[in-house]
Amino acid sequence: MKKKEIIKYALIKALPVIISYLFIGMAYGIVMTKAGYSIWWSLCISLTIYTGAFQFILVSLLNQGASLLTIALTALFMNSRQTFYGLSFLDDFNSMGSKRWYMIHSLTDETYAVDCTLDKDETITIHDRRTIMFYVALFSHLSWAAATILGGFFGSLIPFDLTGIDFCMTALFVTIFIDQWKSADRHFPALSGLCIAILLCILLGPDRFMLPSLALTCAILLLKRTIQKEELC
Amino acid sequence: MLNNIQIAAAIAVSFLCTAFLRFLPFLFFRKGKQIPLFIQYLGKVLPSAIMAVLVIYCLKDVGTGSWQSGGAQIAAVLFTAVLHLWKKDTYLSITAGTIFYMILIHFLLV
Repeated sequence: MKKKEIIKYALIKALPVIISYLFIGMAYGIVMTKAGYSIWWSLCISLTIYTGAFQFILVSLLNQGASLLTIALTALFMNSRQTFYGLSFLDDFNSMGSKRWYMIHSLTDETYAVDCTLDKDETITIHDRRTIMFYVALFSHLSWAAATILGGFFGSLIPFDLTGIDFCMTALFVTIFIDQWKSADRHFPALSGLCIAILLCILLGPDRFMLPSLALTCAILLLKRTIQKEELC
Repeated sequence: MLNNIQIAAAIAVSFLCTAFLRFLPFLFFRKGKQIPLFIQYLGKVLPSAIMAVLVIYCLKDVGTGSWQSGGAQIAAVLFTAVLHLWKKDTYLSITAGTIFYMILIHFLLV
């Protein structure tokens, strides 16, 4: 693929993420400005921390004057799911030279989901696929940062009610889930993830189920592999 | 209101913690080292499991919020799923699903 085609392909793939990041990033910029923080702090946070849910929590932590320890523990707890995402792209990111650091830093729930859809297309070479991943990461990151600035400057000027626009994230995950379901020859991983997440969300509550769910899902998948002596994939 | 140094410290701590979590698997399995088979296996099977967990993560407040907001989310997820199974067009499903949801909460949650 030519570079132009790669960028276009990445843009199309990243579009749902870019659009939702634009809206949610703007909401974040608005919240930060309303809380009295300069737009440069917002931008700095969006570029470095770059994880939606926690950034919103951080605003209230800052407002309450929470201790650094509280902030650290909240960050570790809320973002622990990020650790699991890297496992699917160890080889890919490790072979990307100097882009490797950026790829690891910029992996989010949404870019992870998009990257997972890329290996379905067999017409793309592995090298092109990795370049596409880079641009997906870059476009998503930039739209998040740009939206933060836009929200901070112009947020109060938006004339219509955008409540509910963040559903596009849910819809993105639902469509990817369905596509993966249809292309998979085994549904055990998807089903175990689904059942464990529902069960633990009910048992432990909505704010505490993510890390236990991911850990338990991994444990069960590994257990099943051991019992059945499954080959690699 | 915190002063600038306190804000900067809070951002730095948050960044370090988040980056640590993102880099953790890559610290364990460095470049050029053979990745153990069970980790390769996890990397292969996790995407579909994680996608299921992420859908539930988005719907996590269905049980604790009001019936209107929970109902709207469930209805919109079903709408998106059916549309996607029928038309197989990711952009159509996401756009129509989101508009459907926004209309629903606009009328249900006034």
